Amino acid sequence: MTKLAISVQDLTKVYGERAALSHATFDVPLGTICGFVGPNGSGKTTTIRMLLGLITPTGGTGSVLGESINEPEKYLPKVGAMIEGPAFYPALSGAENLRVLASLGGFAQSRVAELLEKVGLADRGGSKYKTYSLGMKQRLGIAAALLPNPELLILDEPTNGLDPSGIQEVRELMRSLADNGTTVFVSSHLLGELEMIAESLVMLRNGKVIFAGQTDQLLSAQKPILVVTPEYHVDLQRVAAIAESQGHHTTIIGDAAHIVSPPDWAPTLNRAAFEAGITLASISHVRPSLEEKFFDMTSEEEK
Amino acid sequence: MFRVFLAESRKLRRPTLAISTLLTVSGLSALFTSIVFLRLNSGRPNTKRGQIITAAELSNAHGMVYGFKLVAFFLGITALCVFASQTAQEYTHGTLRNLLVRQPSRMKILFGKFAAMTLFALVMVTWTGAVSILTSYLLAGKGHVDTSLWSSGAGFHYLAQTTINILLATIGFGALGMILGLLFRSPITSIAVGVLWSLILETILGAALSSTQPWLPGQNIANIAEGGGTQGVSYMHSIWLSLIYLGVGLAIVSTLFKRRDVAN
Repeated sequence: MTKLAISVQDLTKVYGERAALSHATFDVPLGTICGFVGPNGSGKTTTIRMLLGLITPTGGTGSVLGESINEPEKYLPKVGAMIEGPAFYPALSGAENLRVLASLGGFAQSRVAELLEKVGLADRGGSKYKTYSLGMKQRLGIAAALLPNPELLILDEPTNGLDPSGIQEVRELMRSLADNGTTVFVSSHLLGELEMIAESLVMLRNGKVIFAGQTDQLLSAQKPILVVTPEYHVDLQRVAAIAESQGHHTTIIGDAAHIVSPPDWAPTLNRAAFEAGITLASISHVRPSLEEKFFDMTSEEEK
Repeated sequence: MFRVFLAESRKLRRPTLAISTLLTVSGLSALFTSIVFLRLNSGRPNTKRGQIITAAELSNAHGMVYGFKLVAFFLGITALCVFASQTAQEYTHGTLRNLLVRQPSRMKILFGKFAAMTLFALVMVTWTGAVSILTSYLLAGKGHVDTSLWSSGAGFHYLAQTTINILLATIGFGALGMILGLLFRSPITSIAVGVLWSLILETILGAALSSTQPWLPGQNIANIAEGGGTQGVSYMHSIWLSLIYLGVGLAIVSTLFKRRDVAN
């Protein structure tokens, strides 16, 4: 049986009449990167807060690193977290802010310089937090989350405010942590980034889990598409007609015919087009992106 | 709890807070003590409520701590502001969630912070006392005050007793500030309410309805600093009443703090 970093069953949080999270059930295996996605207000931060013992669930159960979420003191020393963006004391320097947290958690003060170096803030560690840019604040938040050398790292929108190279650095950092056995549970709106690194996904919509499982499983469930471009635009309708005659739904977008079909049907189409006197300039197989799948699934839910 | 104490101490010793607070209370201490000694023998009021204290009275064993006692109420108000802001800012900065992730026991957070702020109050009171006593010695000659009894056994007894009483009162006002900080979760609101209540509302209430004076929390905490006797209220009455007020207040806010969701 796979050991789980996070496991929740029927987790629910109700504020008055409104359910911020409703009967959420999902698992996050140890040592993986799990993306936590959903539109704003879908319940991601509420879930993270419950996992960290900051708010009490209205119903359901859960465990983190094998311990019940009702006893966060048992697992939090092994968890690093950045929730809803970084929050530090503005009048203290970045290094001093980390020292406060290191004292609180009983971590070696030597970790502070090491982590500032790791997140690229070694030169600015002595500057007051209030003088930091958004990207620098974000980096300090990541450094704080890494203080305990965590077994589980929970990051809420860690790339907010970062420039492209910063985003790449965070992606590489998460990858290297996961390679060393750390489980990373990361919520992000940058679905392209998550698609690149997340082995599994938990998708929320209106406080409900609409998908929880392997990223590949989610993406492969989407019907594959062949994108076909004839040499001459006038042949586009004829290509579509060939595909439709063989039972493949086709949509014309721009200069290309988008044919719902398996990739191995491409040679058959190429032959049929050649026999009809049509030269195909290109045939490519397109796998739907996580972003497309996300919009697809969340719009299905709305319907 | 010791880790919370260490973490909180790091925040409290930042120069902008520690130095500015110590400079402010030093200034007040030196000012109040100077007025007492420099106006001696002038016939003009030289102490609180427009009263006059003479060189003969200051030459007694308790003369050394007279100026120190005058600044006690302001030490209390300063502690109220520091305790309130240090507590409430965890909500306004959103840093409470960081604290709770690193130390999930909310009671340890609360008591660790209180212990660190109590140490801060101790340093502030000791420093203020030292400044006042130094000023008293420096100006005693100018006011023809005989200081020989100040360094007697009775003088040191008064010094110890006054320091303890002022420290207790300062911690009491600080605890009041912490209660308000936890209740309002905003430094500005909690300080405004605390200062308005202690400085203005209690004074008006006490003046309008003198029967309320023995029961007002701020007046009773201030009476501890005086060593009792203000408006005929005994020291022990003030000690017990302050303990009841602060105990009930702390019990209510710590229950709220323990149970309340941290959603910001």
